[in-house]
Amino acid sequence: MPRTLPSAILAAHTADSAKEGDICSVRVDFAFANDITAPPAMRAFREMGARKVFDPARCAILPDHFTPNKDIAAAQQAKEARDFARETGMLYWEVGRVGVEHAFLPEQGLILPGDIVVGADSHTCSGGTLGAFATGMGSTDLAATWALGETWFLVPPTIRVDFEGTRAPWITGKDFILALLGRIGVQGARYAALEFGGGAVKDLPLDDRFTVANMAVEGGAKAGIFVPDETVLAYAKARGRRPFEAIYPDEGASYAQRIEIDAAALEPLVAAPSSPGNMRRAAELSGTKVDQVFLGSCTNGRLRDMELAAKLLKGRRVADSVRCIVIPASYEVFAECMKRGYLDIFIAAGAAVSTPTCGPCLGGHMGILAAGERCLATSNRNFVGRMGHPQSEVYLAGPLVAAATAVTGHITDPRELVSGDFWKTL
Amino acid sequence: MAETENRNNQASPRGTRLEGNAWKFGDDIDTDVIIPARYLVTSDAAELGKHCMEDADPAFVSKISEGDFIVGGENFGCGSSREHAPLAVKGAKVSCIIAASFARIFFRNAINVGLPIFISPEASAKIQPGDRLSVDGVAGIITNLTRNETYAVAPFPPFLQELIATGGLAPYVKKRLAAQEQAVSA
Repeated sequence: MPRTLPSAILAAHTADSAKEGDICSVRVDFAFANDITAPPAMRAFREMGARKVFDPARCAILPDHFTPNKDIAAAQQAKEARDFARETGMLYWEVGRVGVEHAFLPEQGLILPGDIVVGADSHTCSGGTLGAFATGMGSTDLAATWALGETWFLVPPTIRVDFEGTRAPWITGKDFILALLGRIGVQGARYAALEFGGGAVKDLPLDDRFTVANMAVEGGAKAGIFVPDETVLAYAKARGRRPFEAIYPDEGASYAQRIEIDAAALEPLVAAPSSPGNMRRAAELSGTKVDQVFLGSCTNGRLRDMELAAKLLKGRRVADSVRCIVIPASYEVFAECMKRGYLDIFIAAGAAVSTPTCGPCLGGHMGILAAGERCLATSNRNFVGRMGHPQSEVYLAGPLVAAATAVTGHITDPRELVSGDFWKTL
Repeated sequence: MAETENRNNQASPRGTRLEGNAWKFGDDIDTDVIIPARYLVTSDAAELGKHCMEDADPAFVSKISEGDFIVGGENFGCGSSREHAPLAVKGAKVSCIIAASFARIFFRNAINVGLPIFISPEASAKIQPGDRLSVDGVAGIITNLTRNETYAVAPFPPFLQELIATGGLAPYVKKRLAAQEQAVSA
């Protein structure tokens, strides 16, 4: 039976027949938690009577959410997580050497094509960029995987999404995924897996693809997987810490639904409060004043995002009324931004640049909103209270809209701010 | 045989009969609303329970009585993977959640932490705020005592029924690990 990509990856990891709708037990290639989700996972692990993880080189804890520790309670949690990682011998990287988990793990060559990856964090689906079946789960499920090296999945139906046509230079991965979420809504892919392909993917930078796969979960999807191409294979070969075998969809596989997004017709997009599916054109929202702009997160904190924002901010100033917070998602990104002069540009523009952390995205620290405040963020969720007070508001957009908005102080389509020549520099 | 087929429609010890008042919420209730991230510096259920549903209704915890029900629409529990969300609901002494559908991570988490959840689009549509409800998890039936109506619950797949019958994921893994150890020593 011809298989879709998600179904083919599951089938390659199980002895079960893995027909669509079946529940099957699968081998897991990599399993991780963060400073918030590790402590309950550790407790479950002990309750299970487990003493060692299935393979310390395939298990990890990453301190990234409330780190560098925001308060005493966060410090206690981070310490518990660190102690457990040392005790089990699993992978762990300390503050200063880590990054936001979904940016850092691919850089480290730990998420590879054809893998099954589970993480106790919903944005684990980011790993789908590299052709892995990567999905978020809770702490108890993660603990079971640490103990057994296996987990159970219901083989989901697959929705195939093709991005076609030629993308304009002002269109980024964020516009691709906001367009999709605007079309299908926040439960359009509930219990399904998304498979991404199409002609517009070839020249879409890898960092932009990460933005797309990252937000698959905002459509309710179990996974959002790109069909691997040469760009992905070259990245994985250069960084991979273990051998891998890319997996592809079969010819003639049957899809629950097919969606085509015309990349040529896209405009810079924004998700208005309080749903990632609440899609608007940035131009429609022009005049909506903001108090804060946040550039960063596992969605848009990678080098390409920093590059686009830095190029637009070069020689410009953040509006007096705006706090602009820039957080590269890993130290590799941070160091490269420094080398290329992007950090100088951000600081000269009047932005606050921080060490890698999830921080403000989930209302943790480093940029919390007061009642009545409004933030335009490059992150992934704009739920009520997501970044602070329940009466604050979050708008989601890509790095170009974010940079343009920081300069004007109100939501801005970047085309309003820059000349035609600018787009040739991207 | 109906009893055998349906006995594990609930993610709770078998045979529990639950009764309480309905607190109704809409579609797409996300985990940031169920338990805001600012409270995730602990995973203690009682502590988390103090802030359950706070960003949807700041007075929720003070208004409910022990054993009351949350009734949601479609996609209940969407968003983050935080197991703290079903823990907060348990900690608030809510006895169960009835919804038209659940987001997948929340669904798994609820089963894993032993929070009973019931899928019933009909119940979700017909139950009104404040209705007195009882749930018979063994028979898989929700009774609306205020409106004198009953609603069927969608049964879980057999694998999940087995998992729940074992007492949840932790005992299931414990059993597997013990079997592995025995095989090694033999």
